[in-house]
Amino acid sequence: MKPAPFAYARAKSLDDVFDTLDAHGDQARLIAGGQSLIATLNLRLSTPSLLLDINGLAELRGIKVESNTLRIGALTRHAELGADPLVARHAPLLAEAVPHIAHAAIRNRGTIGGSVAFADPAAELPACMLALEATIVAQGRGGERRIAADDFFKGLYETDLRDGELIVALEVPLPAAVQRSALIELARRHGDYAIVGLAALVRPGVARLAWFGVGGTPLRSLLAEAAFAHGDLAAAQDALAQDLDPPGDLHGPPQFRLHLARVLLGRAFAKLKG
Amino acid sequence: MQHAIDISVTVNGERVQARVEPRTHLIDFLRETLDLTGSHAGCEHGVCGACSIMVDGQMVRGCLMLAVQADGASVQTIEGLTESGAIAALQEAFVARNALQCGFCTPGMLVAAAELLRAHPAPTREQVREGISGNYCRCTGYHAIVDAVIDAAATMRKG
Repeated sequence: MKPAPFAYARAKSLDDVFDTLDAHGDQARLIAGGQSLIATLNLRLSTPSLLLDINGLAELRGIKVESNTLRIGALTRHAELGADPLVARHAPLLAEAVPHIAHAAIRNRGTIGGSVAFADPAAELPACMLALEATIVAQGRGGERRIAADDFFKGLYETDLRDGELIVALEVPLPAAVQRSALIELARRHGDYAIVGLAALVRPGVARLAWFGVGGTPLRSLLAEAAFAHGDLAAAQDALAQDLDPPGDLHGPPQFRLHLARVLLGRAFAKLKG
Repeated sequence: MQHAIDISVTVNGERVQARVEPRTHLIDFLRETLDLTGSHAGCEHGVCGACSIMVDGQMVRGCLMLAVQADGASVQTIEGLTESGAIAALQEAFVARNALQCGFCTPGMLVAAAELLRAHPAPTREQVREGISGNYCRCTGYHAIVDAVIDAAATMRKG
C-alpha cells in the first residue's frame, strides 16, 4: 500500500519542532526511524497532513555518562545501541535486548526514542526502561520534563507525553556495584514480536521484573518481584497469576501466556543466579 | 503532487537529482523513477524484506524509508551491488545451491546475506537463519539459501 499524501519538512531545531506541533497539532507527525510510522502510513492507519523529520537534530544524538546516569539520545538507532561500549558497560540489558528487536534492516533505522514514544506493549525497549528505572526526558516549548518510566506508559500506545512534547533522551541510572540483568523472550520466529518477554534486573534485596506482550502496556509484577528478590522462585511464579492478566489471542488463551511467563521467570532466575 | 521536494541522491555511484512527492517510498523511487527494478517491492509494510537495499552502507527496508529521506545519501540497489562484484560469491552460490525458485525474494536475500557476512565472515547456520529472518521466501523452505550463504562465506574467506 501507498501512504495518503502528506507534506514533509525537516526540523532544523527543537524550536522548529515546537512551532510545527503548535501550528498543526495532531495533523503533524514527527518521524525519526519511521520503522513503525511508515508501516502505519502505508496501511493508511495514520493519515497526517505533515511529516516533520527530526533525523537532522544533532542534540538528540549521542550516548554519554553524565554524573550518575547514562544519557542516551532519543535518535540513537537500535544498531548503535547494541554496539555502544558505554551501553554494554552500564546498561547491558539494553545491549542484550537489541538482537531481539525485529531484524537487522529495522535495527539500522529504528530509534530508542521512537520505540519508547510509540510504546508498543510487546516491544523490548519500553519494558527495559521499566526494568532499568529509566527516566524519560521530554521537552516542550516550556522546557524539559523528566518522567519516571514507572509513570510513563499509560495505556495501549498511550504515554505521558503531552501535546507539543517529544522525547529528547533516555536516562538510565548507573548500575549498583552488584547488579545483574537479563532479557528473555519467546517468539514464534526470530524477530517477531514476543508472545511473552521479560526484562529483569536484580541487585541485593531488589528485583524489577518488567514484562512485555502480556497486556496493554509494558508492566511490572510487584508481588512476584518481592518473592523473587528473596530468592523464592516458586512463590514468585505463583504470584504471577495475581500480577498478570494477559490477553488471549491467536497464540493461545490467557493461561498459555501465564504459563509461558512462569517458564520465563524460571529461566531468568537460573540466568541471574550466574 | 503535494509539496514536491528536490533531492540529490547517489544511486549506485551516480549522482541523481530528482523532484519527489513526500509520500514516495525509496523503493518506488528507485523502481519507477529510475527504472532500477532489480530490488523488489513486496508487502510494502516492512515485513517481507524483498525491498532490502543499502543506504550509506547499511541494509534498510526500501518501503520503510521515504525517497525524500534519502537526500544526500548513497544508495546501493541490487544492480549496483552486482556491478561492483561485491556479492558475486553469494550470487554464484545461490545458483549452485538452487537457493532460488521464483526469484522474487532473491535481491533482498542477497542484501541481507551480504550484511550478515560483513559482520560474521564465518557464520553458523543458526546465525544465517537469524540474519535472513527478516526476509520471506515462499519457494525454497530456506534450507538451500542457508546452504548457499554458508558456501559463499567459505569462498569469500579464501579470498
